[in-house]
Amino acid sequence: MSGVSLAPAAMAKPRAAARSGAVRAMAPRLVLGLYILFLLVPIYWLVNMSLKTNLEINSGMTLWPQNPTLEHYRRIFTDPSWYNGYLNSLTYVALNTVISLAVALPAAYAFSRYRFLGDKHLFFWLLSNRMAPPAVFALPFFQLYSAVGLFDTPWAVALAHCLFNIPLAVWILEGFMSGVPREIDEMAAIDGWSFPAFFIRHFLPLVAGGVGVAAFFCFMFSWVELLLARTLTTVNAKPIVATMTRTVSAAGMDWGLLAAAGVLTIIPGAIVIWFVRNHIARGFALGRV
Amino acid sequence: MAKPVDNRAWFLVLPVVALVAFSALIPVMTVVNYSVQDSFGNNEFFWNGTGWFKELLDPSTDLGGRFLDALWRTLLFSGLCLLIEVPLGIGVALTLPRRGWGVAASLVLLALPLLIPWNVVGTIWQVFARRDIGLLGAAVNGLGIEYNYAQSPLAAWVTVVAMDVWHWTSLVVLLCYAGLRAIPDAYYQAAKVDGASSWAVFRAIQLPKMQRVLTIAILLRFMDSFMIYTEPFVVTGGGPGNATTFLSIDLVKIALGQFDLGKAAAMSIVYNLIVLTVCWIFFATTTRSQSEAVQ
Repeated sequence: MSGVSLAPAAMAKPRAAARSGAVRAMAPRLVLGLYILFLLVPIYWLVNMSLKTNLEINSGMTLWPQNPTLEHYRRIFTDPSWYNGYLNSLTYVALNTVISLAVALPAAYAFSRYRFLGDKHLFFWLLSNRMAPPAVFALPFFQLYSAVGLFDTPWAVALAHCLFNIPLAVWILEGFMSGVPREIDEMAAIDGWSFPAFFIRHFLPLVAGGVGVAAFFCFMFSWVELLLARTLTTVNAKPIVATMTRTVSAAGMDWGLLAAAGVLTIIPGAIVIWFVRNHIARGFALGRV
Repeated sequence: MAKPVDNRAWFLVLPVVALVAFSALIPVMTVVNYSVQDSFGNNEFFWNGTGWFKELLDPSTDLGGRFLDALWRTLLFSGLCLLIEVPLGIGVALTLPRRGWGVAASLVLLALPLLIPWNVVGTIWQVFARRDIGLLGAAVNGLGIEYNYAQSPLAAWVTVVAMDVWHWTSLVVLLCYAGLRAIPDAYYQAAKVDGASSWAVFRAIQLPKMQRVLTIAILLRFMDSFMIYTEPFVVTGGGPGNATTFLSIDLVKIALGQFDLGKAAAMSIVYNLIVLTVCWIFFATTTRSQSEAVQ
């Protein structure tokens, strides 16, 4: 009896299910597409603006450049006060990445392989520096690096950024290293490898993905930081981000030039991200998945 | 398998300790030193004891009231950011494809805002939300809604929060996605056999598997939104009035703008202690829940 009464419903069901199934399959794509659109529209607006003349920017709303011009980019690439900003930024970012990784690698190994006196407290103390507001350190850093004669050099910014990049690098690398079985260390010791030789020739290749991710994060947080970089430099080592803010405060807004400089700061990040795209999900979980 | 105890491991962490101590301890000592003194310029300092701290923590004084207002604003900002970014981030992470060419493409696009220098993020939103030259500002005003972040505190808040959502939700997405990817296909197949609804799959399988990465996400988002400086500084400069003057902005104003070293130092210490306390509570509870999960 119930089978009879259910029959029409059962027949109707596959079609309805197919439709709702199609909706269900499409819905995630739609949400993701909308979200990515939300991310890209502001960036598009910046690119759009960088290709317009200032006259066009100020004279009304146009959704794309009517008379596309590369004038703003040409100015940045020919004016030393602009392109030196990029070189300065890349210098201290590179220095910071190398220093951070060089000291974080052995430390991360120690944390992942041994227990030692005060290890947990030390780890928390390191991490707490990642959490400290840079605004707190701006003034003391200014005085410290002036006192030791490093003020207005790339070294000052590179060392200052170590404050939050070293803890992060240790944290990420420790996560990746803990995923490597300890038997490998023991085998190497039995085979007579010295620790440095084992570490460089056998262990590092095993955590290469983690090293890449840690380097990526050091690059990222050093590249995006403004407050300390601006406070610790005046002329010779002035980073691009500071050049931009000082142009803004000058009389009259050169929107097109500002937008072009902004677009150029996005490019290095986009290149770096392309290289680590396969490790990025795990890297953002700090190697802890 | 327990790790062996070996105090020689200290040699391996020594470089890190030396470098971070140079970068952290010396400035902290400087700050502590200033916080108990008053200066009238010319490098003359006078002992002020706990005077600055008393003033700072008493809301009836000028400095105390200012500090409390900025603290509330910062807490409200952090709360709003977490409330929007965490659910949105989980939602978007669930929509990401699990395999195929779309994965790498989506991840690269999602991560893009994270790699943009913070003042450029501010610049992007400044020009995007302006009513005269910005797409968003013009569109909202075109709909008949009065929107000008340079004059209305509400519009300034909406802009600053929208900017933070734009900037940082991707971090939550990427973390959650990392957690989701660690779930074996067999779990989903078992759920399908049981006829579990997608809500049940979310509650019983996906959410528990994301717990660890979500903890990291919430911690990072709280810390970074609580010490936000550059982005709102570029967009609103802390205004209109003091509507978006968060703790960091106020601190930099006092320290580098007015060179009020004692006040700024006392404020730095209290600010830092708040961050450390929250961080420690979080750290302690998560490590405890993790060790319980292992047992």
